Amino acid sequence: MSDRDLAIVVEGLRKKYKDKQALDGLDLTVRAGTVQGILGPNGAGKTTAVRIMSTLLRADEGRVEVAGIDVRTRADEVRSRIGLLGQNAAVDEELSGRQNLEMFGRLYHLGGRRAGARADELLEQFGLTDTGTKAIKQYSGGMRRRLDLAASLISRPQVLFLDEPTTGLDPRGRTEVWNAVRSLVGGGTTVLLTTQYLEEADQLADQIAVINRGQVIAEGTADELKTKTGGDRIDVILHDVAQLERAAALLPGAVDKDEDRRMVSASISNRMVALTETVRALQEAGIEAEDIAVRRPTLDEVFMHLTKEEAA
Amino acid sequence: MTATHHAPTTAPVSTTHGSGSKLSWAFADSWTMTRRELAHWARQPVQVVVGLVFPVMMLLMFGFLIGGGKGVEGDFTSYLVPGMLTMTMAFGLEATMLSVTQDLGKGVIDRFRSMPMNSGSILVGRSIADMLQSVVGLAVMIGVGAAIGWRWNNGFASFMAAVGLLLLLRFAMLWIGLHLAMVAGKPEMVQAVQILVWPMAFLSNAIATPASMPAWLGAVVEWNPMSATATAVRELFGNQSAAGDSWAATNAELLAVAWPVLLVAIFFPLAVKRFRDLSR
Ligand SMILES: Nc1ncnc2c1ncn2[C@@H]1O[C@H](COP(=O)(O)OP(=O)(O)OP(=O)(O)O)[C@@H](O)[C@H]1O
Ligand SMILES: [Mg+2]
Repeated sequence: MSDRDLAIVVEGLRKKYKDKQALDGLDLTVRAGTVQGILGPNGAGKTTAVRIMSTLLRADEGRVEVAGIDVRTRADEVRSRIGLLGQNAAVDEELSGRQNLEMFGRLYHLGGRRAGARADELLEQFGLTDTGTKAIKQYSGGMRRRLDLAASLISRPQVLFLDEPTTGLDPRGRTEVWNAVRSLVGGGTTVLLTTQYLEEADQLADQIAVINRGQVIAEGTADELKTKTGGDRIDVILHDVAQLERAAALLPGAVDKDEDRRMVSASISNRMVALTETVRALQEAGIEAEDIAVRRPTLDEVFMHLTKEEAA
Repeated sequence: MTATHHAPTTAPVSTTHGSGSKLSWAFADSWTMTRRELAHWARQPVQVVVGLVFPVMMLLMFGFLIGGGKGVEGDFTSYLVPGMLTMTMAFGLEATMLSVTQDLGKGVIDRFRSMPMNSGSILVGRSIADMLQSVVGLAVMIGVGAAIGWRWNNGFASFMAAVGLLLLLRFAMLWIGLHLAMVAGKPEMVQAVQILVWPMAFLSNAIATPASMPAWLGAVVEWNPMSATATAVRELFGNQSAAGDSWAATNAELLAVAWPVLLVAIFFPLAVKRFRDLSR
């Protein structure tokens, strides 16, 4: 992979707020034309990283290149190539959707006429033409977020940063934003998206970096992450919850016990072997199972596993 | 949702490059930022009117309900109107601070800063808009003053000089407001500043004479920048001044220039530094 294929390069990024180390040596590379998910709990440093990459904040240490350009020394050139959707909707609530887009277009130096035309185009693209003249404060959350997203696309950015684009939206609003993001990716835009929702990363991202306390703690595709952390799992749902402990003792390695669901579950290395051995062991012990299933871990489990490992 | 296809991103649409055009973009961006404020006024005429009516009500309240200032002899209207004009300018600090904290809180300023625009235009546009609003506010107050019998007696040049001094005070308040807004960061803090601005306004000779106050308070009042502007403006309008014969009172015109200039000299660099430090 040559450097030219990399839309974002982050090396050894550190940022401290007073006595809080928000980023502690963050490394990341994102290939052009892909969607990079940044997954992390509250306070992991997602917003801080995005603000540095989008020129809003200066790092204490480390190097960031976006579209091959250093964000620190050539911020203006970076700015004309990126779009930013901040964690909070950054639009002028008093103005209409169209007025907002036109104003931002002028500030991207499109000139009055092209700014107006681009505003109409984007309103159309995001299904906001009908409400284009209403003040944003009358918009629903989903509409506001779509307008915000439209504003970040005015200059047809090469690299788009989305900081928790769907936090606070209802399922419908979330689907709307997801669809909008998917349609962008077809156009060749590189997207970096932060989220707390594993499902969102699973749905949208080609690559996922899990971050915690300002560091990447795992990286890969959703599938790779699932494999990396414990591999497949076996779930046994018991008929009688009183047999939970006995059943747990029969399973290999560390076993999760869930009394409410009458379930024991463990990570396994070979699906077929695990399945046959578990069935035999349960029969020999006279434990009745309602259901036995072998499955991949969910991203939630991966995430819990990774952050737990980190804390230990 | 009709989001369909996004055009290929071969080149950014933006045409920012070329250093020769930097200055002209700075002007264009400042004008865009000013227009943004004008658009706010057009969309919220009621709020604009309320903003204009408030000082008018204060003027009428002091003029008719209270009917006389502490220690003012003779025609109170001629003393009061210049005082209220001064006070209106001072209260501009809150207006500036409120708008800026709202922008900061909502993240609009972050969006501006992530774009290839001239970021100083954010401050310039705000300044132009606030000064325009103050000119309109002054015009309304002067009109209402004239309607209740206030007169200026020294001709056009002095009249314009007085208006100039009033706007100079407003300009100083603008930069104090910008600085405080960036220190505070959120709109809730504006109230705290109001608690400080109001006594500042009333600890001036806007509606009462220093002679009517205890000596120590009178001295504080005389050195208040607002008092300097009010006294200078009264003299330029040819109105009753009732200033004492202390140094501050006899050199009011000098102080009415020096105070705002000093305040701008302090708060302009502080505000600009704060603005740059948003990236810290
Ligand atoms: N301006 C600031 N001043 C002081 N501390 C800050 C500031 N901004 C963030 N922090 C702290 O730095 C850490 C990282 O914050 P950041 O906002 O980057 O996290 P995040 O991953 O975006 O979290 P969230 O999911 O809540 O948005 C947190 O502990 C946060 O409290
Ligand atoms: Mg965040």
